[in-house]
Amino acid sequence: MPRGIPLLKDELDIVIPTIRNLDFLEMWRPFFEPYHLIIVQDGDPSKTINVPDGFDYELYNRNDINRILGPKASCISFKDSACRCFGYMVSKKKYIFTIDDDCFVGKDPSGKPINALEQHIKNILSPSTPFFFNTLYDPFREGADFVRGYPFSLREGVPTAVSHGLWLNIPDYDAPTQLVKPRERNTRYVDMVLTIPKGTLFPMCGMNLAFDRHLIGPAMYFGLMGDGQPIGRYDDMWAGWCTKVICDHLNLGVKTGLPYIFHSKASNPFVNLKKEYKGIFWQEDIIPFFQAVTLPKECTTVQECYIELSKQVKEKLSKVDPYFDKLADAMVTWIEAWDELNPAGAAVANGKA
Amino acid sequence: MALEHIDDSEVDIVIAALQSDLTSFLNAWRPLFSRFHLIIVQDPDLKGELKIPQGFDHRVYTKSDIDQVIGPTTSIVFSGYSCRYFGYLVSRKKYIISVDDDCLPAKDNDGNLTNAVSQHLANLTTPATPFFFNTLYDPFREGADFVRGYPFSLRSGVDCALSCGLWLNLADYDAPTQALKPEHRNLHYVDAVMTVPAGTLMPISGINIAFNRALVGPALFPGLKLTGEGKLRWETIEDIWCGMCVKVICDHLSIGVKTGLPYVFRSDKGNPIESLKKEWEGVKKMEEIIPFFQSVRLPRTATTAEDCLLEMAKSVKDRLGGTDPLFARAAEAMVEWVKIWKAAGASHSTPGV
Repeated sequence: MPRGIPLLKDELDIVIPTIRNLDFLEMWRPFFEPYHLIIVQDGDPSKTINVPDGFDYELYNRNDINRILGPKASCISFKDSACRCFGYMVSKKKYIFTIDDDCFVGKDPSGKPINALEQHIKNILSPSTPFFFNTLYDPFREGADFVRGYPFSLREGVPTAVSHGLWLNIPDYDAPTQLVKPRERNTRYVDMVLTIPKGTLFPMCGMNLAFDRHLIGPAMYFGLMGDGQPIGRYDDMWAGWCTKVICDHLNLGVKTGLPYIFHSKASNPFVNLKKEYKGIFWQEDIIPFFQAVTLPKECTTVQECYIELSKQVKEKLSKVDPYFDKLADAMVTWIEAWDELNPAGAAVANGKA
Repeated sequence: MALEHIDDSEVDIVIAALQSDLTSFLNAWRPLFSRFHLIIVQDPDLKGELKIPQGFDHRVYTKSDIDQVIGPTTSIVFSGYSCRYFGYLVSRKKYIISVDDDCLPAKDNDGNLTNAVSQHLANLTTPATPFFFNTLYDPFREGADFVRGYPFSLRSGVDCALSCGLWLNLADYDAPTQALKPEHRNLHYVDAVMTVPAGTLMPISGINIAFNRALVGPALFPGLKLTGEGKLRWETIEDIWCGMCVKVICDHLSIGVKTGLPYVFRSDKGNPIESLKKEWEGVKKMEEIIPFFQSVRLPRTATTAEDCLLEMAKSVKDRLGGTDPLFARAAEAMVEWVKIWKAAGASHSTPGV
């Protein structure tokens, strides 16, 4: 680890949802071993998930989730990687890094293995610049700066709440695109990080993601997906739209770009299509909803923003499908559960409206 | 990048000559420029004849041409970098590419010479996507696409009006920034093009730029002239001012602005510390105009670039003109420019969506 980049090993948890095994951790060992892992085991709780030796971890299966949350466990998805957000809730750390179990260490153009966690930490610990676009991208990166014309009053930036990483090899395409381009691989290493401007939405992928739990944690609810639900593969999308709207309201930043991981497994596009297809239609209503959402000035904490958002979801999206009515309720349950498990955080105002 | 669908006769390359001897500049660009018509506008303050090497289809415009077309002295002064706008005015082509005369073709990370012309044209002839951010950047680039979660209704995109390129070596920093890091050079070739989201402000540098003249021609204008404006980019913000207006206009007309590739190699020139005194005025002015640009709205009735520019001028006069004669003059210049554009028989721009 280069001089000056803190490891944050006592301040960061790595949350991994899994249903199969954790062999992929072997490759990540040099980078992950100092950290505490929170493993959320989806699917059959009687199955034993082997964690490679030497890792410090806590593991939760469905029985644990039910035990810990009681009736509130209904807000945590089953048979979908959305269950990972349970890990965010039980963590006691300031930062979370979450990664899928089919994501491996990537290589930069020089062939050097990419320390994704280190880059996420750099992104999160340096300010974001959502109010004005810098054409040389993240001005806080070594070798970059603000360009001519960038107002000095905006150069301090705002705290970074989210660091969204990308993927080499199998790109994060939806099912229709996968079906049309089954062989397309992402081989383009774009060497930059940038702040997504205020007022702009984006599709947040949960495969390679880090965030400041104290700043934005409660907004990272990955929704109701999987077993018993009409939709899948929109968990991270939903969390991303809610998170971005709240970050914009609280003047917090969201970065995207580096680091890259190597995504090895392309899921079955026909299976994906079945999961996604309702989402593809619903998205056309969901996006205008999020684009138009305004949160009142009185909402100064993430929880307040989120509860308000849930009210608006119920009011405006229920007519699209009764699912959203259920989702709005689950959003409230999530916040209640979060506050129960994280009592100290509930009353603290995060950011500025 | 295929240029088959664009005829060379649809493109003009406009160069503002701030130096007399363009031999090495044009020879360096010969492989890329020689198939196109060049409009070379000589800075009216530059005495003597320009030196232009053989083999270019070109026309030089001098002070007397400018005086003849523009007529009696107006609120617009075409000195320095602003002389290029005269080139935009007299062109009758659909696409214009303009680079400063101290820029050379750049090399990519593999050491290959890049084709800034074809990249600009590719940017302009593929759709822009300003309403939702794509995390794999320009989805119309080869090897990329829209990611999961990107609404399908937004995937056809909008016309791209402006392509803003970047700079290796001497980046377009302001004088204070470059003065603080005098040895700093931009060595970072970022292999990306992206659409700058609607509603997001940015500093549009005039150093390496291309645009669809039919869509936005008149919206690129000489307007804001600093009292101490000089012959170095550190000593002007006329392009930044113009660029902010163009972005607002593009957002209003639902047309796109892309940024990123291509790069040009910008030669070392000037001393930032010496420029600091002159350009400080520009830095201060930027602070004054930000709230204005963040809130300016154009009426629905403005559907062409000319109409939009006139509305911008009105707003500038009303909201900024009173605070500083510089802005009052800029507003006058904008109105004057539209008159000149119309009188010169420059074709009407295509009404926006």
